[in-house]
Amino acid sequence: MSGSCKMELATGRRMRGIVIITSLGHNAAIFFAAVTIMNESSLIQIRDLHFAHKQRVVFDGVDIDIQRGGITGIMGPSGTGKTTLLRLIGGQLKPTRGSILVDDENVPRLPRAALYRLRQRMGMLFQNGALLTDMNVYDNIAYPLREHTRLSETLIRTLVLMKLEAVGLRGARDLMPSELSGGMGRRVALARAIALDPMMVMYDEPFTGQDPISKGVLVRLIRSLNDALGLTSIIVSHDIEETCAIADYIYLLSGGKVVAHGTAQALGRSESAWAQQFLHGEADGPVPFHYPANTFTDDVMQSGNVS
Amino acid sequence: MLGALQLLGQKGLDFFQRLGRGNILLLHIVEGLPSLLPRLPLLIRQTYMVGVLSLLIIVVSGLFVGMVLGLQGYNTLVDFGAAESLGTMVALSLVRELGPVVTALLFAGRAGSALTAEIGLMKATEQLSAMEMMAVDPVRRVLAPRFLAGVISMPLLAAIFSAIGVLGGWFVGVGLLGVDDGAYWMQMQDHVDVYDDIMNGVIKSLVFGVVVTWIAVFEGYDAAPTSEGVSRATTRTVVHAALAVLGLDFILTALMFGD
Amino acid sequence: MTTRTIEIWVGVFIAAGLAALFMLAMKVSNLSTYQGETGYELVARFEDISGLKERSPVTVAGVRIGRVKQIVFDDQTLEAKVVMEIEPRHNKLPKDTSASIYTSGLLGEKYIGLDPGGDMESLKQGDEIQLTQDSLVLEKLVGQFVANFINNKSDKKVENK
Repeated sequence: MSGSCKMELATGRRMRGIVIITSLGHNAAIFFAAVTIMNESSLIQIRDLHFAHKQRVVFDGVDIDIQRGGITGIMGPSGTGKTTLLRLIGGQLKPTRGSILVDDENVPRLPRAALYRLRQRMGMLFQNGALLTDMNVYDNIAYPLREHTRLSETLIRTLVLMKLEAVGLRGARDLMPSELSGGMGRRVALARAIALDPMMVMYDEPFTGQDPISKGVLVRLIRSLNDALGLTSIIVSHDIEETCAIADYIYLLSGGKVVAHGTAQALGRSESAWAQQFLHGEADGPVPFHYPANTFTDDVMQSGNVS
Repeated sequence: MLGALQLLGQKGLDFFQRLGRGNILLLHIVEGLPSLLPRLPLLIRQTYMVGVLSLLIIVVSGLFVGMVLGLQGYNTLVDFGAAESLGTMVALSLVRELGPVVTALLFAGRAGSALTAEIGLMKATEQLSAMEMMAVDPVRRVLAPRFLAGVISMPLLAAIFSAIGVLGGWFVGVGLLGVDDGAYWMQMQDHVDVYDDIMNGVIKSLVFGVVVTWIAVFEGYDAAPTSEGVSRATTRTVVHAALAVLGLDFILTALMFGD
Repeated sequence: MTTRTIEIWVGVFIAAGLAALFMLAMKVSNLSTYQGETGYELVARFEDISGLKERSPVTVAGVRIGRVKQIVFDDQTLEAKVVMEIEPRHNKLPKDTSASIYTSGLLGEKYIGLDPGGDMESLKQGDEIQLTQDSLVLEKLVGQFVANFINNKSDKKVENK
């Protein structure tokens, strides 16, 4: 119960609200849970998205719905612009056409102040953690708290330790980012992403390049944090096994369009040959093995004639 | 032939585009400067990184330049029986020209390249992007304090350079070569004017401070987020800053000391 | 490097910079003899000021009391008009003071030396010094010397005949 309460309050005046709620007790919790149920529209609605970068078309008419409270996976081969999609949602890039509605606000049209306010409700986990290298773990997580709230240092300390405890790294709080392993760095970055109790978290390739144990830890963390905090999570990845294990809904992107979407099981039964090749990791199929060239015999015969 | 023209045109357009981007960034930084006032620790830390850490090279260089001026100046002036004017010569050369210019060049090499590398690396490791996503403006939090620190540090460093240089010239001229101590200082005081020479020197070093730090910060912010991109940006900072300083020096000198 | 150490070093740095500026202003430049308040102006006209520059010293009895502020060519009188700025505390120069252009040392720079007269009234702002003597131009001096020498020699020749 207390998890859902945090979500509703997290979208408004955060910290002070949480402190009040825990003292109001059980009935207040039920009330806020009811409020949650009433808000069932998609958190993010992307319609007719077009985006191009230096002559290359990245998105060519993409429609995506991200439901509140669940984990949505966005998958596709490298280079389809999955990271670009996250940047578009966060307002770091502007689409050439189309709308991106986050909690009913059209991101590309927001003025700077409103955009910054919206970003305080989004958390983002970058591919390499992107921790600020000139401060230690504790200060990294305290950073958004110190920047955007006026909480006392004691209260900040409590919050930082809470977030670190959630990712299992409370003992590492005095280390510098350069002293952390890759997996630990990502977990610290995750703690930082949820520091302000956002309404949503975006994960940019969280599993890429991790050893099996770290992957397992991250998979577990993403799912449990999402449920405990009532977050909406978006995972951008090409790690099929991990993403399918925790995602409630999946979108497959390729060639600038949505090729398929549905739950993990629905996709497994999909009729799209491309989806089948991707999901099963087959070497050849709609995405060919061979780079376009002449036939093999022609090539070899020609080189034979050169001498 | 047409291809070469096209390339030239493209380079020209690129140049103007970069110039435009640089100016927009400068405006953005200046706009963010007032927000630094409540965050003095940021500024102090950057002044340390940029100014204090440059002290060693400035002091040593100032000393040697002053000593060389003393030596060379003596060699030249003694032929005209004007060795007593050594003080004037050393002081004017330093305060009007060498102080601001050499300090700016050394500053560009030491502090400027460090700034570019640091900011470029923050860009390459997505730290700037992470800040944006945390609703923190990286221009205000990262660039503005470094810019202001550079602008504050440059005139101070140039003054230290000139002062130490004058002492270096005194050491060589009076101490080693036998120029009269009184003549060294008295002639100097007679011919160096507070407003025309020293103030102009300070103005020059302020202008250089703005230009060098601006270039350093811009190149870092604009660098391609790869290791090659950062290294090229660092080189560009040193080269462009040096050229800008020398070019501006000519213009400022003509304005200040011409007729 | 703790914050406190950093702050100390920055403080030292800024203090050093300001001290250097101060030293430059005091010991290197003319600030110590600079009154701050501007002095009063005197005018003198010369036929030949060659070598005299703006900011050249103006002395009385060998002591510097002011500077040459401006040198312009007067198209009407075809003379050089020199404007001098004298320190305000030296305001008892007699009205019949003369101004001459001397050379400091043999090859040194030119300066204006004022020779006080005996008048009871003093020169005031904007007054003109009437008696002036031009700068000695070395070439003219040598030419004069050679001409004299030749004259003497020919005189002697005439005498010996």
